[in-house]
Amino acid sequence: MRGRAGEMLVIGYCWACALLLPGVLCCVLGFLILKGGHTLGLELIFGDTDPIDALLLRRPVFDGLFPAMVGTLSLVVLAVGLAIPVGISAGIYMAEYSRGAVKRCFSLLFDVLAGIPSIVVGLFGFSVAVFIHRHFSENIYPCLLISAVSLAFLVLPYLIRTTQVALEGVSESLRLTAPALGASRFQNIRYVLIPRALPGIISGVILSIGRCAEDTAVIMLTGVVATAGVPHTIFGGYEALPFFVYTVASQYADAQELSRGYGGAIVLLFLCGGLFFIAFGIKRRMMHRAVYRV
Amino acid sequence: MRRLDHVAELGFRVAAFSSAVATVGIFGFMAVLGYPLLTDGRLVEVLTSPWLPDQGAFGIFPMLAGTVLIASLAVLLAFPLSLGCASFVVVTGPRPLAGLLRKTVSVMTGVPTVIYGFVGVFLLVPVIRETFHHGSGMCILSAALCLAVLVSPTMILFFVDSFERVPLSQINAVDALGGTPVQKLLYVILPQAWPGVITGLVLGLGRAVGDTLIALMIAGNSVAIPHSMLDSARTLTAHIALIIAADFESLEFRTLFACGIVLYAFTALTVLLVRTVGTARKGAR
Repeated sequence: MRGRAGEMLVIGYCWACALLLPGVLCCVLGFLILKGGHTLGLELIFGDTDPIDALLLRRPVFDGLFPAMVGTLSLVVLAVGLAIPVGISAGIYMAEYSRGAVKRCFSLLFDVLAGIPSIVVGLFGFSVAVFIHRHFSENIYPCLLISAVSLAFLVLPYLIRTTQVALEGVSESLRLTAPALGASRFQNIRYVLIPRALPGIISGVILSIGRCAEDTAVIMLTGVVATAGVPHTIFGGYEALPFFVYTVASQYADAQELSRGYGGAIVLLFLCGGLFFIAFGIKRRMMHRAVYRV
Repeated sequence: MRRLDHVAELGFRVAAFSSAVATVGIFGFMAVLGYPLLTDGRLVEVLTSPWLPDQGAFGIFPMLAGTVLIASLAVLLAFPLSLGCASFVVVTGPRPLAGLLRKTVSVMTGVPTVIYGFVGVFLLVPVIRETFHHGSGMCILSAALCLAVLVSPTMILFFVDSFERVPLSQINAVDALGGTPVQKLLYVILPQAWPGVITGLVLGLGRAVGDTLIALMIAGNSVAIPHSMLDSARTLTAHIALIIAADFESLEFRTLFACGIVLYAFTALTVLLVRTVGTARKGAR
């Protein structure tokens, strides 16, 4: 690549690439807002029902996103609530206790867990639900709880990795201070290492929330349904925002439902984009290394 | 205090151990349920024969072909784009713009796949249909274009990372010798950063293979073996989503575990590959 012409070619190519990708993002955003911007408002969420009545669960919402949003919220709370204690504890173990072959082996397994396609996790969750239904309890079938457990498996490696990376990033001098003053290993972790690694851990939690909120493949196999209303029990079906967007794209009945689909897509996009923005804001660099293995 | 220490360590150990067991458990569960398929060479038959439920043939070869075609085309499209963007961020772009692109790409990793699928159905598919006048527009090309947008941010972030790990002394040496930014990129950074580039490529491929929604929504889900980029195709992931309603004990359903096992094995393979490249890099330094 000698000479001016070659140089200009390479620079021009880089510029073209750098303009193309954000251009695509702008297209996606622009298209959604153009088609669905007018739907944004309380009516999109609550339909014809009075918002106060809907929020107090006094009256069901039929033509709004409210049940799907409540479904996604309960799903996220359950799944992340299940995954946080296990994920963070396992992350602490990986960073502070494990050594040698055990560490290498676990680390390999968590990398594999992080890479398993979400549909396979969904298939696993579905099969477990059917298995339990057949052999243990007639009352268990794909439901909110099964979805939440499957999603917890899905985000577990993110939590483990972000916790581990955050703890290992604490400087050696700080790590040795408390033990030198007579603190036990657990005291050191609890009072020194965790507070210091908290931004990393929290950004991992936020990323897990985003992952749970956006995932469609797992929940479509493990209990989400198109119309269920606000979920009343964790052993029943539920609606979810990403699944709503998916069903509208594949089988919308009328123009009104389609424009609600656009509205739902905008809400979901800004929800997940916002969560990622916050997570990256808290711990700007190296997040993707923690999220996508390596 | 000693006691609390022991309890805590035990708790952490149990958590890590159970997470590891879960990973193996997912594979084990699928292997056990798919066991009738794995015996007497029938796995090979399932992997190589067509899907004709009426004639009792439940092979997943068309889905394997669909996955390979869609994912490799997506990565083929995404790779040059990602390389260009990463070069822009690290070397050729003006500082403020490079930073902006980097932030944009980071946020793009958080865009839900269902959004890309949704926009693909209503924006990209009609364009493809009008341009090529071939079928419904739901085809391998549409799905691959959408997937390329999905996997590019991941690849870019890894490329940028590996570019920035090139020792500063070497970068400074090029500057001192009067090298231009393009020369720095082509003769120093790219030859040095190739292990990171391969890592990004493999992870991008892994994402493309593992994604369900885009192929399910845009590729058309035909079970015929595709012959051109404009043919409709079904991926392994979409196949799982579509067949899940079948009877749990049926042979039809059992083949899902073959799909699951193939996807799992592919994941394990990519992880091993990435790790091997990573170790090679460490060894080289």
